[in-house]
Amino acid sequence: MSYETRERLSLSLRYALLILIAAIFIFPILFMVMSSLKPDLQLLRDSASLRAFLPVGDISLNNYADAFERVPIARFAFNSVFTTAVSVGASILLNSMAAFSFAFLQWRGKAFVLSLIIATFIVPFEVVAIPMLLIANNLPWIGPQGIEIGWLNSYHVQIIPFIADSLGIFLFYQYFRDLPDELVEAARIDGASIWQIYARIIMPIAGPILATAAILKFLIMWNAYLWPLMTIRSEELRPIMVGLQYFFQLNIAWGEIMAYLSMVTIPVLIFYLALQRAFIESIATSGIKG
Amino acid sequence: MKKAVSLLIVVIMLVTFSGLASAQTELSLWYHGAGNEIERSILIGIIDDFNASQSDYTVALEEFPQGSYNSSIVAAALAGDLPDIIDVDGPVMPGWAWAGYMAPLNLSEGALDDFLPGAIGSWNGEVYSVGLWDAAVAIYARRSDLEANDIRIPTLDDPWTGDEFDGILETLQATGEFEYAFDVGMAWAGEWYNYAFAPFLQSFGGDLIDRSTYLSAEGVLNGDAGIAFGEWWQSLFERGLAPGTSQDGADRETGFIDGRYALQWNGNWAAITALDALGDDALFLPAPDFGNGSTIGAASWQFGISSSSKNKEGANAFIEFAIQDEYLAAFSDGIGLIPSTSGAAAISEYYSEGGLLEVFFELSNRQALVRPVTPGYATMGLIVEKVFADIANGADVQDTLDAAVDEIEQDIEDNGGYGFEM
Repeated sequence: MSYETRERLSLSLRYALLILIAAIFIFPILFMVMSSLKPDLQLLRDSASLRAFLPVGDISLNNYADAFERVPIARFAFNSVFTTAVSVGASILLNSMAAFSFAFLQWRGKAFVLSLIIATFIVPFEVVAIPMLLIANNLPWIGPQGIEIGWLNSYHVQIIPFIADSLGIFLFYQYFRDLPDELVEAARIDGASIWQIYARIIMPIAGPILATAAILKFLIMWNAYLWPLMTIRSEELRPIMVGLQYFFQLNIAWGEIMAYLSMVTIPVLIFYLALQRAFIESIATSGIKG
Repeated sequence: MKKAVSLLIVVIMLVTFSGLASAQTELSLWYHGAGNEIERSILIGIIDDFNASQSDYTVALEEFPQGSYNSSIVAAALAGDLPDIIDVDGPVMPGWAWAGYMAPLNLSEGALDDFLPGAIGSWNGEVYSVGLWDAAVAIYARRSDLEANDIRIPTLDDPWTGDEFDGILETLQATGEFEYAFDVGMAWAGEWYNYAFAPFLQSFGGDLIDRSTYLSAEGVLNGDAGIAFGEWWQSLFERGLAPGTSQDGADRETGFIDGRYALQWNGNWAAITALDALGDDALFLPAPDFGNGSTIGAASWQFGISSSSKNKEGANAFIEFAIQDEYLAAFSDGIGLIPSTSGAAAISEYYSEGGLLEVFFELSNRQALVRPVTPGYATMGLIVEKVFADIANGADVQDTLDAAVDEIEQDIEDNGGYGFEM
């Protein structure tokens, strides 16, 4: 076998493997979208064959129309977009500031506080959910009727507890730490204040890690389920993931579920694709894995 | 001057009446049916009627999706934020009552006289909840299949015996026309296992727990009856008569309608689909009698009052208003479930005499047995759910039942008897 043939064979094998891996990831999405176009019985019958991945049979957009009738999708989508956007923006600002402080400022107990923050990685959200609920229920807030006690059933209870987050701080810290000290030193010599160094020197070159932190926070907030379940009573304030439960009746509306999931997944894909280049760059340059 | 006096009187009247209007007490009602438009519209109709029927209370509805409703209630209880009226799944009620989430109902004498037993949620000698409907399970069959194989059609008074039923399954399987003779619904892992399969165990003479004390399962779950049930249950799968735990959810939904399963153990909520597909050929048959009577599960969603409600009188008034026959029948007509009273059944579309689903009302009335009425059911249910799956998968029957008994009794002990005298 000649060298060229071996190379070609090797390349073909690699492509075959990559296509197989791509198919493993693409087929569930294809299944979801195709199923969203089929009536329930046909969807279930097709699910055991390759027809599940094809737009065949009785195809229509009825499931989408029915899903809109069953669930106030626009309201839920607005709630999710609003809480996610505010959380992502606020968390990038707060976490990057905290990381900046850990990376570039000198203050007593810095190492200890940083290790405490990193230690919270190992505590799953489910463990702290109930204490958080009890705390949120007793916190004051200034509302239309003056000072009120309790944050439950509000937008802010869905946003504020998730702004500061140890993973975000750690990601920024790790990225900042690898930046050359000369950058900061030079700015200081030129008379820049701490805020100016943060805003004009460090953040403009933190694009890749900004994208990573934004994607990770976006996913957490967009997929929020347990916390809204515990804290939100009114339908007007519910996020989109809780809406998925609306379809699980005695007779489950599988077609509508697939339609709803297709609609819910699209913003995630768009957000990821928009930031994909920076995300990959961040992983490649800093060795961070999301 | 006269004009000024008249104006003053009008103003005083307006202030007085607006004061009266705002004196109405708001009752909060949490409901599990978000996403079910028909159910919602009927409930809103009842609320509107109630609000218009008197001037003391107004009911405000908050809806939650069923799958996450219990978590929302538990979180609200932790936060001290329960509503006045809650709805609760029948088997969950004792747990919430024991945990102090619920208060007993205080309805008029005789208000529940006509109710199906499964629609009344009693615990510790008091009624805590009442259901606007119930559900029932039956054997789905095709008349044509039974007649083609000379199989008699059982009745409520003369159900198939255990041996007869087993022989029928063998006969149907031997025809070669079906992948499986009997689909019990193993794909529906979860509460379905206890709701649907425990009645077989009870018909054999066993149970999940000794209901006279609610403290021990010894000899009840793992006694001779329990073992006989376990061996029959396991043999269903070993003989290839029923699809096992690896059953695909899609097959569960379509297998019977498509003719791949001869018989199916299913609830009344699936009956309309079967009737649409099979028409007059569809039959809904009573559970077989394995020696201790035919039994099916009971108790669906019910209304109750939270213990923290400051308006229990109003909450009771609303519940009593909501359980009128016309509303029970409206729910039944809308969502196909069994009305809770014979009066409502008589005026309902599906369950009145000659109605398409009439048989389910009598099934519920005569064969229903509620799941163990104890706060311990939450844990017990999970343990026994695993028993049904493990035995179906070939685990040793005696060992599996003994281990389950130990687990159940340990849990009861750990929880100080769940309110029962130890």
